[in-house]
Amino acid sequence: MNSTVPSLFDRYAFRRQAVLAPLVALLPAVLLSGCGQGGGGLGPPHVRGGDVETGRRLITQYQCSTCHVIPEVPGPNGEAGPSLEHVARLGYIAGGIPNRGEQMVAWLRDPPALKPGTRMPSMGLTEQEARHMAAYLYTLK
Amino acid sequence: MPLQSVLHHGGGDAAVIGQLAWGMTAAGTLIFVAVMALLALSLRKHARPLRPRWWIAGAGVAFPVVVLSILLGWSTWRSAQLRPQTSNGALAMSVTARMWWWEVRYRDPAGGEVTAANEIHIPVGQDVYLGLNAADVIHSLWIPALGGKRDMIPGRVTGLTLRADKPGVYRGQCAEYCGVQHARMALQVVAHPPAEFAAWVAAQARPAVQPADPQLQRGRAIFLEQRCQACHTIRGVADGRQLGPDLTHVGSRAYLGAATLRTHQGTLAAWITDPHVAKPGVFMPATRDLDGASLRALAAYLESLK
Repeated sequence: MNSTVPSLFDRYAFRRQAVLAPLVALLPAVLLSGCGQGGGGLGPPHVRGGDVETGRRLITQYQCSTCHVIPEVPGPNGEAGPSLEHVARLGYIAGGIPNRGEQMVAWLRDPPALKPGTRMPSMGLTEQEARHMAAYLYTLK
Repeated sequence: MPLQSVLHHGGGDAAVIGQLAWGMTAAGTLIFVAVMALLALSLRKHARPLRPRWWIAGAGVAFPVVVLSILLGWSTWRSAQLRPQTSNGALAMSVTARMWWWEVRYRDPAGGEVTAANEIHIPVGQDVYLGLNAADVIHSLWIPALGGKRDMIPGRVTGLTLRADKPGVYRGQCAEYCGVQHARMALQVVAHPPAEFAAWVAAQARPAVQPADPQLQRGRAIFLEQRCQACHTIRGVADGRQLGPDLTHVGSRAYLGAATLRTHQGTLAAWITDPHVAKPGVFMPATRDLDGASLRALAAYLESLK
């Protein structure tokens, strides 16, 4: 008996490994699939190719806080637009556009194109500027 | 170079004033250090008694008389070199201070006057005489990099001569408390090379261009519909009212609301929606009933008025 116990144990251990190993190997891919492309999927909103600090400075320079409350950005903290204090946690931008990276970039560049009745004007941001700004906005959790 | 600093002069009287300030500070510091050194000597444990008569006559009478006379002579001589406050031989403009912005009028070489606001454009290397007046309460104009202050008094014309030696933008400020938005009553002085200045005045003298773009045409119609012309002039669209700043070329100005917000569609839309967010207490009322498309059209139109 004493000799069979470890052999049984070894056999089951081998089986478990055989089942788990491919799953474990796939795990990073499964987890990461939620983040790619900034499109649908799970995980917090995320944007590629944006620098948080540059975004914060651009948001200060464009004076977004004239209409929005943005806690770390100096300015009048206006209320003509919604508060951006927890913008990374919102499900939707402007009450109907999914709050994902690429949509946020498109929204910042041309809000009326996504929501014709909006008061937020298009301010001629470049794609790269919008990416930096989105990267900063997504730190506001 | 900082935008607004007495320590970084851009020419003219500011250089003289800066030199006087440094000279007086240095002399005062030297005398202070010397007095403190004498005090320390007198407090030593084995300090010897002195002959008080010599010290009173020497350090108490002779020294101050000599030193203060030298400083007085030097400052009087330097002050006499400040530019004369006269429009003779200078380019004349007028600045009227209002709660809480600046109306600036230029002579149009083609005849008449050009009204603008919140920016004073001057040619480099030429004396400029600003005739100063106030429409409501006492204000004061101070452009630290270019010269001293001058009060602006209702019912009286005062004057200030400026000269910039190099092109650039110099920030100025109201220097007399004038009400709730005194702190946000600033302006930009833009010094151009002479040819560029002449071109700038000629451009400001032109009425607003009729927009071809339908969005901008809509903005122009909304300006009239919303009765903005009750207070504001856009030459070529609605003339005659001067209660608020002339908007004929508002898009050419770097800032809105007397150097409060940078000019672009976003800040224009925010200012129209509620100017009291950025500058509480201004006389312009909020407009909260405009639909989004109309508000954007109006902001885009104003931005296009270069």
